[in-house]
Amino acid sequence: MTKLITIDPVTRIEGHSRITIRLDEHGEVDIARLHITQFRGFEKFVEGRPFQEMPSLTARTCGICPISHLLASAKACDEIMAVRIPESAAMLRRLINYAQIIQSHALSFFHLSSPDLLLGMDSDPALRHILGVAAKFPELAKDGIWLRKFGQQIIELTSGKRIHPSWIVPGGVNQALSPEARDAIVVQLSQALAIARKTLDWFKPVISRFQDEIDSFANFPSLFMALVSPDGTIEHYDGSIRIVDAQRRIVADQIAACDYADTIGEAVEADSYLKSPYFKLLGYPQGIYRVGPLARLNVCERLGTPLAESELGQFRALQPDGAVLSSFHYHCARLIEILHALERVGELLAAPEILGMPVRAIANPNKREGIGVSEAPRGTLIHHYRIDDNGLISWANLIIATGHNNLAMNRGITQVAKRFVKAAKISEGALNRVEAVIRCFDPCLSCSTHALGQMMLRIELVDPAGEMLDCCER
Amino acid sequence: MNKIRIATVWLDGCSGCHMSFLDMDERLLAIADQIDLVYSPLVDAKVFPENVDLTFVEGAVSNDDDLHKLKIVRSRTRLLAALGDCAVTSNVPGMRNYFSRDEILRRAYLENASFNQSIPSEVIPRLLPKSKPIHEIVKVDLFVPGCPPHAESIFTALAALLEGRLPDPGSTLRFG
Ligand code: SF4
Repeated sequence: MTKLITIDPVTRIEGHSRITIRLDEHGEVDIARLHITQFRGFEKFVEGRPFQEMPSLTARTCGICPISHLLASAKACDEIMAVRIPESAAMLRRLINYAQIIQSHALSFFHLSSPDLLLGMDSDPALRHILGVAAKFPELAKDGIWLRKFGQQIIELTSGKRIHPSWIVPGGVNQALSPEARDAIVVQLSQALAIARKTLDWFKPVISRFQDEIDSFANFPSLFMALVSPDGTIEHYDGSIRIVDAQRRIVADQIAACDYADTIGEAVEADSYLKSPYFKLLGYPQGIYRVGPLARLNVCERLGTPLAESELGQFRALQPDGAVLSSFHYHCARLIEILHALERVGELLAAPEILGMPVRAIANPNKREGIGVSEAPRGTLIHHYRIDDNGLISWANLIIATGHNNLAMNRGITQVAKRFVKAAKISEGALNRVEAVIRCFDPCLSCSTHALGQMMLRIELVDPAGEMLDCCER
Repeated sequence: MNKIRIATVWLDGCSGCHMSFLDMDERLLAIADQIDLVYSPLVDAKVFPENVDLTFVEGAVSNDDDLHKLKIVRSRTRLLAALGDCAVTSNVPGMRNYFSRDEILRRAYLENASFNQSIPSEVIPRLLPKSKPIHEIVKVDLFVPGCPPHAESIFTALAALLEGRLPDPGSTLRFG
């Protein structure tokens, strides 16, 4: 007889999901599974829409990283129009992308994960949230809220709207940046940098307190995938795909966006609406790889901005013999990326061309197909469209950043459940850790395909054929 | 003073409405001592509690789970607000209503997959034939439109409710 534990919903993550943990006849954890319960259907319902609508439409897959979808989508449309966008437009797209990385990473670290890190994995669940942090550590909560706001303000000052702006369009952007908006951002930069550095200085020394979590939070060899520039510098807007192994040896490099389908396959699993991409050369499920901040830092050779570069040196020292493997270190990688993004925002705003014109290339469709790739906060995002004679979408495929991590998240929750869930006593802290490993990946599940249940923690007793024998709730 | 018990619920939406809620920024801290966030994707409660004063619902009703949750939420909430266009009109999720459930699932899991092409059906909730706005399922007390509603609109609504008035969303309305 086996037992099944269900965590429903998984909380403090950006999406709808539940977790089941199956125990074997000895009461040991056999396997844990993450089930993504939301399905949106974008790939079909965009059919018949004018391709120019795609950025605004697909942005609605996700309110946390709409800028990523706007960018990948607009890049696919640029290709359909066969245009090279004006230099100032490319700089403005980069600027808004960094702004989104700042706000999204701040949300993940401060609003969603800091309760575990500051109040403790075993702390009272009723207080384990950002307002709970605000009550005990007001300074840190204020910093987090301020930093997220700063990212959102850059987006608003640049594009006119914080969430789902219609400013990024096929061919570029629809309005130049005003000197007033630039100055309003620049005056706040030093405070933002100070918060980013202060947070890193606080977090780095406390990492060692989480040794059990470091050891078991999806800590295993895997491939890592991210975009890099031709010389191997980290890239978030352009560049091409590079994959490295657990020793940081390059296994695939300079793969152009248009060749993604030769490199990555997508597998379906019966118990989740989220597909599992895999590296085709190794097949499914051996071709497991990770994306996002941890992957980007493992994949790139350098960050190319002074403050972040010196942090990268310390980050590499966490695992000197190869790639940093523990997914717990996504948190640290995220903070380093905030610092990097802030430095890049400073550079971009210092260049006079940021205010330049024109910012949009106009053209009719000149190609039947377009593929756009960019690095979303959570990893590589791919939009692929085909159009008909009238410029209407006839087919679309989206590979969402979080999807790439599906295999790794599943292996991660199994690893952490084996370590912390002991059948005799399933503590609240153990279950929170199973969720916390998911929070490391910062999955954006609204993107992918969430669950508020009247069911919470349910323990179901099922026989090997899956028939439920008994069920208790707490 | 008794704190007002507030919940936020996320059905089939993109979380943009929840992000706009967070876009109240420091004002969130200012009202933190007047409210108890008893249920939300931002907190750890797993069960929707009884006696909630106000619930904001984001998103349309698209699957079995959404339907079931919404009914529970309604039965345990005094005032229910539809937050954002997806909850108000079904908006983007409703765009799939032009296609059959089978067509949209086939695209994602048969045509756009390269291994184990099949339609997922275990453990996860079943899609409803059509995606619906929440007022088609339960009584809604307040509509806050926008995609997403401006943080200002959410704050205005919340501030009025904290004072015990029903807000006039027309004053801060925006389209899109
Ligand atoms: S109304 Fe707009 S912002 Fe809100 S959930 Fe729907 S698509 Fe997202």
